[in-house]
Amino acid sequence: MADVRIKNLFKRYGSVEVLKDINLEIKSGEFVAFVGPSGCGKSTLLRCISGLEEITQGMLEIGGVDVTDVGPSKRGIAMVFQSYALYPHMTVYDNMAYSLKLQKLPKEQIAEMVHAAADKLQLTPYLKRHPRALSGGQRQRVAIGRAIVRNPKVFLFDEPLSNLDAALRVQMRMEIAQLNRNLPDTAMIYVTHDQVEAMTMADRIVVLRDGVVQQVGTPMELYENPQTLFVAQFIGSPEMNFMTGKDAATYRAATVGVRPEHLAVENSGGVWSGTVVHSENLGPDSYVYIDMGATKPVIIRESGKTDYHAGDRLGFSPKGDHYHLFDAGGVPVAH
Amino acid sequence: MATDNRKRKSSWSTDRIVVHGLLIFFVLLALGPIFVVILNSFKTTPGIFLGPFDPPNAKTFSMDGYGRVFTRGNIVGNYINSLIVTVTTIVLTVVTSAFAAFALVEYKVRLAPILAGLFIVGIMLPIRLGTVPILEIMIAWHLVDTLTSLILVYTAMSIPIAVTLMIAYFRTVPTELKEAARIDGAGEFRTFLIALPIVKPGLAAVATLTMLPVWNDLWFPLILAPSRQNQTVTLGVQQFVGQFMNDYPALLAALTLGIVPLVVLYVIFSRQFIRGLSQGVGK
Repeated sequence: MADVRIKNLFKRYGSVEVLKDINLEIKSGEFVAFVGPSGCGKSTLLRCISGLEEITQGMLEIGGVDVTDVGPSKRGIAMVFQSYALYPHMTVYDNMAYSLKLQKLPKEQIAEMVHAAADKLQLTPYLKRHPRALSGGQRQRVAIGRAIVRNPKVFLFDEPLSNLDAALRVQMRMEIAQLNRNLPDTAMIYVTHDQVEAMTMADRIVVLRDGVVQQVGTPMELYENPQTLFVAQFIGSPEMNFMTGKDAATYRAATVGVRPEHLAVENSGGVWSGTVVHSENLGPDSYVYIDMGATKPVIIRESGKTDYHAGDRLGFSPKGDHYHLFDAGGVPVAH
Repeated sequence: MATDNRKRKSSWSTDRIVVHGLLIFFVLLALGPIFVVILNSFKTTPGIFLGPFDPPNAKTFSMDGYGRVFTRGNIVGNYINSLIVTVTTIVLTVVTSAFAAFALVEYKVRLAPILAGLFIVGIMLPIRLGTVPILEIMIAWHLVDTLTSLILVYTAMSIPIAVTLMIAYFRTVPTELKEAARIDGAGEFRTFLIALPIVKPGLAAVATLTMLPVWNDLWFPLILAPSRQNQTVTLGVQQFVGQFMNDYPALLAALTLGIVPLVVLYVIFSRQFIRGLSQGVGK
């Protein structure tokens, strides 16, 4: 059982409060992503769970045990860092065996555990190499292997794929998701600023902003039912379009949010209209940027190729009821 | 190709010649006296005075200076004393400065910057100002005329700059590395050992910097370890400087012999130093 329970957690540096009253429950086998803009506290929260940062106030429970005041090596966690943090002067084998050696396990058992983990990650041919002789993806696998070997209850990932190129990132995402399926008795907590990563890998996503949890839910829940203006704008790429002022008057709300994929160009009329300033043809989709006099252009996603030119006047409306209404306080209003 | 010609031309441009010229001049200026010392150590006394810059020829060549160094002086004993003092000082300095610097970088206590600042102040203060109190301490501890007193004084003298230098090196150790070690269960000492290979060039630099002033010092051996059996090489060489007359061949021979271990140690450590720098810190 590897449940993680966080109750009323606060983190303060002196008088600065960086985490405010965090309450979360993560079940064994779940893959939870912490997302948010820079400085939202997602890494700090992860480090509080790992034990690298002290919890100023509140309680943390891992596997039913209160670990609020327990050191990082005794919490049953393992962490994969953004920079891999491999020990540069040890071989891959020694890197993975280090924590086991510190636990004073017998040599044969260590060898068994290291080889099993290396097998899982296709690292067996590299066991005698030093980190400097490995590629970025291989180093990342060693970092994961070092974590697996510890048999942790919770895996903590701190933006592990940020340093990899795009193609490698896609591959590693699949491998990590596969790992999660192969280890049903562990929980995985994954910090990322890339919401696409979170949407593709996570069972549930925790959106943080300025140290406060904005919303917790499955990727679809966050996409279809954002509970705050911030979540609505943060999830989805490209961003949701927001109409305010008189553009929102038709719907009797302070703000109307419509995703680019939920807007359709109308041949005549349409709820809103504007002038085309830019269009992009990407193959399967096209994006049309329309200026309505606001600071940011409205983006519409059309499938296939389109033929709009800068200067064209277009009218457009939301498709069906795929729009979100918010009141002046950024709270969603039902419709 | 046009670019290659331009490159080749600029390698002989005026400023390059001037810079090279100046550098060569200063190298000669620095190495010249040493070269003259070594040269003249193989000559007879008249040979030295008649032609100080002439290499030894059949008439002026003589190994008598070296002979007297071994018979009249206590060169072997002096060597051993110097080696004991210098090597022990280097070891103590390297070990204590590594521990101190790791702690000052790692533990974010309010006192840390103050302590680091104190070490910097220590670099600025000349230890010789405290000679009289140091002598009094050594008398009280019954350490006068021992090599131990020299080792203690030299270690104290070397620590400030060693710590300051090691702090800079320990700052290059990535924090995530130490955190990974902590998560793996490493205690403070093992985390220190993980960081150590990364600061190896720093340790070599400290050893190199410590070695020279300790070996070459005349002041403290004269005051704290003057007796014949405790003399270091620098003190032993004074043997050949008389009040009325100097035995130049022997003097120069002793000086030449005194340089050798320094050159050897320096070559060993500086090679490590450079190798460490080029190795870099792999991720």
